[in-house]
Amino acid sequence: MPQDVELETNIDRWRGYVLRRQAIAPADVDELEDHLRGQVADLRATGLDDNEAFLIAITRLGNLDAVSREFAREHSERLWKQLSLVPEDPEHDSAPAWQELAVVLGLGVGAGIAFKVGGILIHDSGALVRNAGLLVLPFVVGYFGWRRRISIPVAAVLLVAFAALAVVLNAYPYAANGSTETLAALHVLVIEWLLVGVAYVAGRWRSDARRMDFARFTGELVIYFVLLALGGGVLLGLTAAVLGLIGIDVATVMGDWVMPFAVPGALIVAAWLVEAKKNVVENIAPVLTKIFTPLTIVMLLTVLTALVASGSLGSVNRDLLIAMDAVLILVECLLLYAISARDPMTRAGLFDAVQLVLVVAALAVDAVMLAAMVTRIAEFGTSPNKLAALGLNLLLLVQLLGTAWFTVGFLRGARPFASLERWQTRYLPVYGAWATVVVVAFGPIFGFA
Amino acid sequence: MRIDKDLVAASATPLVLGILSEGELYGYAILKRVAELSGGRMEWTDGMLYPLLHRLERLGYVSSSWGLSEVGRRRKHYCLTASGRELLAERQEQWTVVADALRQVWQTAQRPGLAEGMV
Repeated sequence: MPQDVELETNIDRWRGYVLRRQAIAPADVDELEDHLRGQVADLRATGLDDNEAFLIAITRLGNLDAVSREFAREHSERLWKQLSLVPEDPEHDSAPAWQELAVVLGLGVGAGIAFKVGGILIHDSGALVRNAGLLVLPFVVGYFGWRRRISIPVAAVLLVAFAALAVVLNAYPYAANGSTETLAALHVLVIEWLLVGVAYVAGRWRSDARRMDFARFTGELVIYFVLLALGGGVLLGLTAAVLGLIGIDVATVMGDWVMPFAVPGALIVAAWLVEAKKNVVENIAPVLTKIFTPLTIVMLLTVLTALVASGSLGSVNRDLLIAMDAVLILVECLLLYAISARDPMTRAGLFDAVQLVLVVAALAVDAVMLAAMVTRIAEFGTSPNKLAALGLNLLLLVQLLGTAWFTVGFLRGARPFASLERWQTRYLPVYGAWATVVVVAFGPIFGFA
Repeated sequence: MRIDKDLVAASATPLVLGILSEGELYGYAILKRVAELSGGRMEWTDGMLYPLLHRLERLGYVSSSWGLSEVGRRRKHYCLTASGRELLAERQEQWTVVADALRQVWQTAQRPGLAEGMV
């Protein structure tokens, strides 16, 4: 039957063409093909020949660009690494590659210069630490502002927010090495990173999908940054060793000149790499979360056993409490990253159950920590450090409880995975709000001690 | 008669949910049912049905399963979930209100309109 052969060739060619669209997954193409065949069969039954039937069926399926845009809107996770938004109009697509490279390098050097100049002008080391984010992150914001062509109002809001942070951080009379200063320096990074997020999503921060894109971006950025740091470290170490052997000491040059430029520059370059669809890491992300989720469970259980076995919780020292807060933040980041890397369409499986175990283990650790903190506060009274740790702990507790609740719902088939995603993305601004409270209010409340 | 694009888009979700409430179906069969129900007057871009179905699935209103067609090819079937039924009931109420309001306004507006047309 030559006619059938021709139809099969047509359909094969069409499949190959559709498969090139990143937003349309192979399973979707199967589904569309089934549709196409149904339509062709019906049209043939009305007396059309194969070719006519195929052409009409293709036409009815619609303009492939428009259809794949609809797919992209629904499945942004398939595309995010390429362009977090599909260009509505391909003519106005991103700038040419050389132009982007020039902007990235310019911003990278700019961030290095800002950091270096900041280091020269600000003599107080505490003030420099406080302002480190303000010196570097606006360049990341600048990159996304340029890339996403953010609107003037969004740019204005970002500018005002950064200016307000600069005023608060530098006008407050912090006591040298006081805890309110350290807390402000740590918490301001959260606010600044969320502001980067606002630029990343081009001001559409209300969208859950865009927020998830930003979470995904943050996870990938950390991976790229670590890779760059490792490579750079090896390179610098070898250079220093060789120069050292021929009698040139480069330690001061490294500390004074190389590092202030390399670290901020690496951050900008990492942001650009994540953005520029180097999908090498894409396949690693789900694997990494699958490796580290069970390992983190083991770690949490070890820590929990050690905490409980060590006896009286009231005597737990402050550094341990801070370290445990860091552990819980790590767990929450791992969870968020794992959720962002998961295909929301797949059914609940073993890994989701493992993730639930992780959440429950983290909840147990969090409960122990809370008990220890409340005991300490009852015994020694409150302090900025304790209050900040307690607040963060409560926020983590609520988020973990919600995560457990939605994961159980998803495992039982009562809720879609999207409800778990939504819980995660909608909770993110809460951290920003708390960080703002710590930065803005803790200083005055505790007399900048 | 071609029906306005926005109107088609607005009615797509309740229509698909309504069709699926009659029983499990696959994509092409859903479109055939739409054509049948509207006497062929509602024209959809066929390809747009699938992103819509996927969105409804992600939000938990429909669930899907892969089966086989009569000739043994992979075919994806969709069926309505409990929360899909709730959404359908809600949409039905909303559309009833809209349709009702429209019917009333047509009734009061039609007579003068017709009279003008005759002059």
